[in-house]
Amino acid sequence: MTFERLPFFIWAQLITAFLLLLAFPPLEGAAFLQLFDRLLGTSFFLPSGLFVNGHIYDVSGGGNALLWQHLFWFLGHPEVYVIILPALGIVTEIIACNTRKNVSGFDMMRYSVIFLGFLSFVVWSHHTYLTGMGTNITAFFQTTTMIISIPSIIIVSALFITLWGGSIRFNVPMLFALAFLPMFGFGGLTGLPLGLAATDIPLHDTYYVIGHFHYVVAPGVILGLFAGIYYWFPKATGRKMNEILGHLHFWPTLITMNLVFFPMLIQGLMGLNRRMYDGGATYTFNQGILHWNIVISWAAWTMAIAQIPFIFNFFYSMFNGEKVNSDNPWESATLEWATPTPPPHGNFTKPITVYREPYSYSLEGAPKDYSPQDQKEI
Amino acid sequence: MSQETEFIPYIVESREDTGLYNAKLGIWLFLASEIMLFGSLFSAYILLRVGSFTWPVQSEIQNVAIGAINSVVLLSSSIFFIRAWVALKADDIVKYKKFMYLVILFAFIFLTLKGVEYYQHFSHGEFPKSSVFLGLYFLMTGLHALHIIGGILVNSYYAGPGLYLRAQNKQWFINRVEVAGLYWHFVDLVWIFLFSTLYLL
Repeated sequence: MTFERLPFFIWAQLITAFLLLLAFPPLEGAAFLQLFDRLLGTSFFLPSGLFVNGHIYDVSGGGNALLWQHLFWFLGHPEVYVIILPALGIVTEIIACNTRKNVSGFDMMRYSVIFLGFLSFVVWSHHTYLTGMGTNITAFFQTTTMIISIPSIIIVSALFITLWGGSIRFNVPMLFALAFLPMFGFGGLTGLPLGLAATDIPLHDTYYVIGHFHYVVAPGVILGLFAGIYYWFPKATGRKMNEILGHLHFWPTLITMNLVFFPMLIQGLMGLNRRMYDGGATYTFNQGILHWNIVISWAAWTMAIAQIPFIFNFFYSMFNGEKVNSDNPWESATLEWATPTPPPHGNFTKPITVYREPYSYSLEGAPKDYSPQDQKEI
Repeated sequence: MSQETEFIPYIVESREDTGLYNAKLGIWLFLASEIMLFGSLFSAYILLRVGSFTWPVQSEIQNVAIGAINSVVLLSSSIFFIRAWVALKADDIVKYKKFMYLVILFAFIFLTLKGVEYYQHFSHGEFPKSSVFLGLYFLMTGLHALHIIGGILVNSYYAGPGLYLRAQNKQWFINRVEVAGLYWHFVDLVWIFLFSTLYLL
């Protein structure tokens, strides 16, 4: 096994681990500052001379509220990549296996994910455009923010191009993986206006932000995670999940998800603010868009009901599902399918040797359309 | 060879591709996260100092002499650690123990002098809430002192009870001491930055 032969999911997890390792300590530092504020009467985050309720607020002073913002978002931004990268990895595995071909531009994807990891540490202040930190800093962070969209676009484009000319199997994990691509792309695209300071100023703190964020983490991450559960379920339990129940889960979830989050984008563009005690009902300009709340509520409840087939399927299939007749039911080429089903302690029963790239599908001259990494002959 | 060395690879010898054994890779990753932790506090210091209206002349309210002596104390203990490690590699266990005891002794001297400094501040009515500078000072040196205490615990373990491992596998034990030494040098290095930032600048 070499680094070149690691599947994309492992690469994504490696970068995620580095992000976690390096992004959390600054929050820890912020927590120490906060601890001193709470216990020892310092005020690292409150300036002197604050005027509250007609009196000068009695703190020791000298602090800076922006300090908290910076320390928090220095964790906060890498953290969103911690959330999304594993999902991207899962989707890559599933798409490669179910199109029966190598991932297009796999090298580019690996370099992109490394670059993404590095860059995720220098975009944090695009969360704080409105704090008055100055136009020069804003210009810097909107530039890095635009640059970081490039590796994400490369990864998603590579996955789209992989579909081209593949013999696609539309099983349930693949449906979720396919739905992930446009949904994540949509989440990313709606982020561009928020990454540019000029458009972020009117859009900040509106429902547009919520719509954008949840297009990335709900249809993006959650669809990716569902895909992973359906895909690796046979490996973990030795039984497949039910396909019909899977469809019953997938289609309503996909439709209602969009009905929940798309109206938020409309409301946000019309200026509906978040964090209002009456939901913005006192403002006249909101009167034409508040009826979307009803749509969102109905869609959200329907989406919750649509998870029942999944929960039932999960536990029912664990004991009564269709048994898989081999260790590799999806005929995948990567190593996790070389373990017994379910994998014992230590995963592999004997040391394995890796002979080729992770996505060795439909190789020329091979007897089957997949050539497992640990198999010497193609 | 114990059971574990046969089971987990690269405890004793290094991996070919990374050139590191497991513990060394682990300590470097840990130190990277430590750099981010102290880095965030140094950044907080810079941001608060740049944005402040008044900032005390640090060398006036600090006891620079004790700080300088403390720097020498910590640097010496780092050198003792290296000598202990060299003695261990040369199989001279008496010399190893002697230098490890010196490392621990000097760490205690450092903490004592730190305590004297804290006492002087408190007796002058200087508490964390007195000013942003003092808040940062107590926070950063306090966190550093916690690291020193952690180092004392680890070093005491390897100077005494941890030696059982050496009977099983010499190289494994040498590796562990080397990793503990890397941590100790890091704590030392942080102090050099703290001294120049909080006393001299």
